[in-house]
Amino acid sequence: MSNDLSAAVKEICLQHNNDRIYLMDILRKVQVDHGSVSDEAIDAIADAVSIPRVEVESTATFYAFLSKEKKGKIVIRLCNDIIDRLAGVDVVAKAFKEELGVDFGETTADGLITLEYTPCIGMSDQAPAALVNDEVITYLSSDKAREIVRTLKKTGDPKKLVSRLGDGNNASPLVNSMVHNNIRKKGDVIFADYPDGAGLKKALTMSPVEVINEVTNARLRGRGGAGFPAGMKWQFTRAAEDPEKYIICNADEGEPGTFKDRVLLTDYPERLFEGMTIAGYAIGAQQGILYLRAEYAYLSNLLENVLAKKRKDGVLGKAILGKKAFDFDIRIQFGAGAYVCGEETALISSCEGSRGDPKNRPPFPAQKGFMGHPTCVNNVETYVAVVRLIDMGAAWFTSIGSKGSSGTKLLSISGDCHAPGVYEYPFGITIKQLLQDVGAEDAKAVQIGGPSGQMIGKEDFNRTICYDDLATGGSVMIFGADRNILEVADYFMEFFIEESCGYCTPCRVGNVLLKGYLERVMNGQAEEADLEVMKSLARTVKTTSRCGLGQTSPNPILTTLAKFYPEYTKLLKTSKDGFKPSFNIQEVLQESQSITGRKSVHFS
Amino acid sequence: MSKPKVATTSLAGCFGCHMSLLDIDERILQLIELIDFDKSPIDDIKEFTGRCLVGLVEGGCANEENVRVLQDFRKHCDILISVGDCATMGGLPAMRNTIPLRECLEEAYLNGPSVYNPSGKIPNDEEIPLLLNKVYPCHEVVKIDYHLPGCPPSADTIWQALTALLGDKPVGMPYELIKYD
Repeated sequence: MSNDLSAAVKEICLQHNNDRIYLMDILRKVQVDHGSVSDEAIDAIADAVSIPRVEVESTATFYAFLSKEKKGKIVIRLCNDIIDRLAGVDVVAKAFKEELGVDFGETTADGLITLEYTPCIGMSDQAPAALVNDEVITYLSSDKAREIVRTLKKTGDPKKLVSRLGDGNNASPLVNSMVHNNIRKKGDVIFADYPDGAGLKKALTMSPVEVINEVTNARLRGRGGAGFPAGMKWQFTRAAEDPEKYIICNADEGEPGTFKDRVLLTDYPERLFEGMTIAGYAIGAQQGILYLRAEYAYLSNLLENVLAKKRKDGVLGKAILGKKAFDFDIRIQFGAGAYVCGEETALISSCEGSRGDPKNRPPFPAQKGFMGHPTCVNNVETYVAVVRLIDMGAAWFTSIGSKGSSGTKLLSISGDCHAPGVYEYPFGITIKQLLQDVGAEDAKAVQIGGPSGQMIGKEDFNRTICYDDLATGGSVMIFGADRNILEVADYFMEFFIEESCGYCTPCRVGNVLLKGYLERVMNGQAEEADLEVMKSLARTVKTTSRCGLGQTSPNPILTTLAKFYPEYTKLLKTSKDGFKPSFNIQEVLQESQSITGRKSVHFS
Repeated sequence: MSKPKVATTSLAGCFGCHMSLLDIDERILQLIELIDFDKSPIDDIKEFTGRCLVGLVEGGCANEENVRVLQDFRKHCDILISVGDCATMGGLPAMRNTIPLRECLEEAYLNGPSVYNPSGKIPNDEEIPLLLNKVYPCHEVVKIDYHLPGCPPSADTIWQALTALLGDKPVGMPYELIKYD
């Protein structure tokens, strides 16, 4: 038996040329085929790929979609992100538990089904949702959950769960998914109606430097959240001496409440790959990598098909569109369930087959990125915007949007509103207007930019979405009048604790402490002084963590403290004698009293 | 005008911080010009005789008696200072915090490799204060005004802090006094 496993694993390694760079793919395949990446499998991989065992183990144990323990043939991953919680994930979870007879984190006795929770799977517009292996099941209810379990027990095939198909390419036989695009508003850039290929054709009539100048003049900034000027990034990468350069597309859309990249990958993959090809031409790269989160694996056949067609049409591969010196191809690299891999240096680590640990900057990826070569990492939406920008020109592009932020922005809007979905707005739109459009005029709070962004209240609804005011990678979560703001912040902290890579102590430990203080407030055991401690601790975590995760992780607490202070103060206790209200002597003596069988002398 | 009073105590500590206080050497003569000791192991006064300006607390809270004493300090002292790592963070005693209490007791009195205990019993006299489920730093139990880190804080650190407080001056801590490696 064990020889069989070892041989099968080595066969998988061989299919990947025993190359370390494909470690993520090897591990994913082993997980899918054998239900786990066991110690034995790790031995076999280390042996076949000729790398130290510890390197394989450190990668294998980092990602949520890989496990040492044996998982069921089918893994149900129920999304328990805040939007799903608001949409009633609790009753769905209860139904799953009852119908399967196991708790979360457990596998049924027959080894068929494992039940797990997972953070945002990019379906906040059709919550509650779950992944059953690679299949996405949307709009869950307790009845549907029970039906799913029965169908799986009867057929053992997650594909049988897809009853009605979604719109657009979701209905294509290559995807065959019940996901809906929910494109609610089309703008002039991303969702505009124009033929594929025009951008690349025009780019190839220009020199690479002219293309970069066009992007610079259009003042295009990264759409992933950080907003770094794309032209500048491209220029740095082009200027780096190393002739071997890479283009990476960050499709690790993990920021809770974001799902616009999902829609682009589903219905506009041609434009995405075209944008990456233009970037490859401008920068002088030969290879592009689409880093796709494992949650979007259901799109892989479609994407591979588009890539194959592009190769056939001569717009990918050798001498693109007859341009002799321009070879460029794109491959897909899957992630395996790790939020931190959305951070570009962690993403590069993951592409290299390592743990998704962020790297120190400098050197920046533009100088030394993937495998030490100059690398340009941009978001899906950025590449798609480039296509239209090159086709229409920088002057046209800057005529859209606001002064400091040109073009449009896709917003993934979810939560307490009538029409959740993807909206394309010119930069400069007010929150008020946006709330009107989605049917959420009575909103109490809006979380802009996901958990790492900020929460704003009514007094800020006249502010605008743009890089100079409310910057966002696209996540807009709306919370209605009766929602508990602290509960939302508490969930976000839980998310960051789970997703911290653990490298920096302030992030690994500080966030746990912050959540502890927040719970103290929620339990009515905190004093005003505790809020000051929270603020100072939050500042420490922000300033002493090395990547964006730690630097933004206290934001749920800091921004709610700033904007919803009364929500905190109404729960505070004042202590006249200087004794901490959070210290309950009876509670901490309970264990001792039960062990010794006697009562406290001092506190009875 | 009578001199301000200072009280000190060692809770779940090793008395090392008190040793460090005594390390101010001949400056103790200067100190008693400035203050009177109230409840403290230094003069062996067992209970508070009145209101104190400063309370120096060594050690965290490991048992109910520690909590009672600490609350007593909070009641009687205007300014309460956590002195040393056990008071500020739980210190060495807090190493038991990751292990359930029953397991700790069994290891100490029944299962440990060097245990000789023919009675096979865990001591349970009513004179022994009940242990808390975990060891708590002082600021988790009562409001603490200042923290003096160090294991122990050096005599100079304690001296500096005390004289500044008594002189109503800002505490100036040179780098050498708060450097720990």
